[in-house]
Amino acid sequence: MGLKIALAGNPNSGKTTLFNSLTGSNQYVGNWPGVTVEKKEGHLKGNKDVVIQDLPGIYSLSPYTLEEVVSRSYLVTQKPDAILNIVDGTNIERNLYLTTQLLELGLPVVLAVNMIDLVRKNGDQIDLNKLGKALGCEAVEMSALKSKGSMEAANKAVAAAKAGRAAEPLQMYTGSVEEAISRIEELINGKVDAQYLRWYAVKLFERDERIEEELQLDSSVKKEVENAIVKCEKELDDDAESIITNQRYTYISGVVAKAVKKKGAKHSMTTSDKIDRIVTNRILALPIFAGIMFVIYAIAMGGYSFSIGTMGTDWVNDVLFGEIVPGAVDSILGALHVEGVLYSLIQDGIVAGVGAVLGFVPQILVLFLFLAILEDIGYMARVAFIMDRIFRRFGLSGKSFIPMLVATGCGVPGIMASRTIEQDRDRKMTIMTTGFIPCGAKMPIIGLFAGAIFGGSSLVATSAFFIGIAAVVISGIMLKKFKAFAGEPAPFVMELPAYHLPSVGNVLRATWERGWSFIKRAGTVILLSSIVLWFLQGFGFTDGTFGMVEDNNTSLLAAIGNAIAWIFYPLGWVGDMAWKATVATFTGLIAKEEVVNTFGVLYHYSGELSEAGDEVWNLVAADFTALTAYSFMIFNLLCAPCFAAMGAIKREMNNTKWTLGAIGYMCGFAYVVAMIVYQLGGLVTGEVGFNFFTIVAAAALVGMIYLLCRKGYQPEQGNYSIKGKMSVEAR
Amino acid sequence: MKTLKDARVGSTVTVAKLHGEGPVKRRIMDMGITKGVEIQVRKVAPLGDPMELNIRGYELSVRKADAEMVEIQ
Repeated sequence: MGLKIALAGNPNSGKTTLFNSLTGSNQYVGNWPGVTVEKKEGHLKGNKDVVIQDLPGIYSLSPYTLEEVVSRSYLVTQKPDAILNIVDGTNIERNLYLTTQLLELGLPVVLAVNMIDLVRKNGDQIDLNKLGKALGCEAVEMSALKSKGSMEAANKAVAAAKAGRAAEPLQMYTGSVEEAISRIEELINGKVDAQYLRWYAVKLFERDERIEEELQLDSSVKKEVENAIVKCEKELDDDAESIITNQRYTYISGVVAKAVKKKGAKHSMTTSDKIDRIVTNRILALPIFAGIMFVIYAIAMGGYSFSIGTMGTDWVNDVLFGEIVPGAVDSILGALHVEGVLYSLIQDGIVAGVGAVLGFVPQILVLFLFLAILEDIGYMARVAFIMDRIFRRFGLSGKSFIPMLVATGCGVPGIMASRTIEQDRDRKMTIMTTGFIPCGAKMPIIGLFAGAIFGGSSLVATSAFFIGIAAVVISGIMLKKFKAFAGEPAPFVMELPAYHLPSVGNVLRATWERGWSFIKRAGTVILLSSIVLWFLQGFGFTDGTFGMVEDNNTSLLAAIGNAIAWIFYPLGWVGDMAWKATVATFTGLIAKEEVVNTFGVLYHYSGELSEAGDEVWNLVAADFTALTAYSFMIFNLLCAPCFAAMGAIKREMNNTKWTLGAIGYMCGFAYVVAMIVYQLGGLVTGEVGFNFFTIVAAAALVGMIYLLCRKGYQPEQGNYSIKGKMSVEAR
Repeated sequence: MKTLKDARVGSTVTVAKLHGEGPVKRRIMDMGITKGVEIQVRKVAPLGDPMELNIRGYELSVRKADAEMVEIQ
């Protein structure tokens, strides 16, 4: 029989590093059932019988965050054979708070004190013997970053698991509290697993709603339990939850006083604090942040001589997928005598479609590399600290800035970068709004219309950015008032972890995990959609017979475009341009730069088109007015992003309903805004007469203003349940 | 009533009581802000909120709105 060891610890305690060094490449990454919390497990190196289950980084086992609920339900229902609890030796007091809760689970626990080298460097001393004795479990020291003591800690945990001896119960609670908890233990004895008796009793004492629901106690027992709690609360003049927390910390202070000798005075400045004096300084923080962002952005996506990301992408686009791959495919297909339809499918459909997406890989890898470094050294928490004030007004988190900035290059890594946001609500909101930011691929669309209609005015591009940012802000304010967002708590009580050197292994692993999930998508969703669009674009009915068409105007895509162009009538897409605009919008789903290419094809331009499509400007100008061009531009900038980005949304939401909701919201929002601009804008300029849709547009505008200004859903005080979302998990 | 929100930057204060309820209060307590603990106010973010505290040997940031729940002596 294999052994299961749960790895538990605070965020920033070095848990990821330890997990990586214990399991190496034998990892399985997934999600906890029904939630977007990442689940990692792996076999212990050199011992295939031992499975290490990495729990999310948590501070407590309270019922309020998804991570905590996932962890505790794993610990209680899956009964791991032992818990390996990693604590940060430099921040031991708060780290032990989780330990005191883990010890109550009645499972074997091994305490691994990490960063022992830093503890010593600071001149502090931790007496492991005393620490272990005071906590009733074995304590070992280690340094995960230097791979010292990691295996020894794991082996101790394996030994503890085999011995199966639970940690000794602590004398943590004083007089009346212990009395009340013992009383509750008596009342529920036999109703719960004997092993977890203390855990359940303490949770009931805290009035933990989830546990109350799980146990379904008789009303008479419930009453007795409540009596015991109330009696104790009266005696100590505090609420039960606070009483427990206070007693835990008091107990820990006692343990720390016995086992830890600190050299510095209380509140003394560490090296990390000194760095922060500059980095999060009131005056310097914002310029430093802007500088760091600029450098990263320049290296990954800029057009400078040191922009390795752009160089890589240019090479992939122009050489790899411009010459090498098509050339190789051409000779292979030639040797196999593949011609006609199949040749076109492979070259024009698959190679071109997948290549367009894979071209972003170098830029994305460079970007993710830097983000992983920022995350690993602890700067991300500072970003949230610096930017929180602005972003929380829109229902976003300070950390939302990074995804938005990245999205100006490409929305896909932008959406994926939202993973660093802990709060579920903020993360969802960020995913939903990041796509509004004009990405690099939308630039050619802007370029086309700026050149063709607006005489190359740079105001058009600028306004596109403002529209994108305004869409984020407006959406944030509107959405945060809905129950689905407002109902979830997002306390911003955040640790600013001490800076430390990045671990090469962690950084590379994180970069590769994200990069690979992007590449994998190119091989699946993008591949499939490329084939479908190639088919729709290349086939059609000519003179009543179905077959490949030379002229795109007779393709199936054109037919579909014609059939549904009426949808865009209120947006001013009328007459000759209606179906062309519709078809271009559709091809934009593959990649936004396709929009311009499509116009090239639809306007029968036969040569190679420049990026902004200068060659067809005259023809476009003949079909579009300034107003319809603007309406088209707005819709395409804000509507559903390309397939790659939709795939990223699906991956990050990990929930079909939310994915469809996000994409639907983006399309709806784009439609409404484009309609308001066309109808009301047209009325003002006299281009559009008063009609039925003027009323619709005006009503939509009023509705939006109402949604912006209304008070919104107010969660009841104390009713911050996350039950709805977790019900999947409970089943 | 004096709260953590009003504490001057650089000052060290002692927590007298925690007000409010629900997840935010629990989170604040879980992070170590409990009755009787000493907190040093390290700084305020560039835009005036949140604030950075030194507590139990580590750095914690809380929004001023949440700091208002913490009564100090």
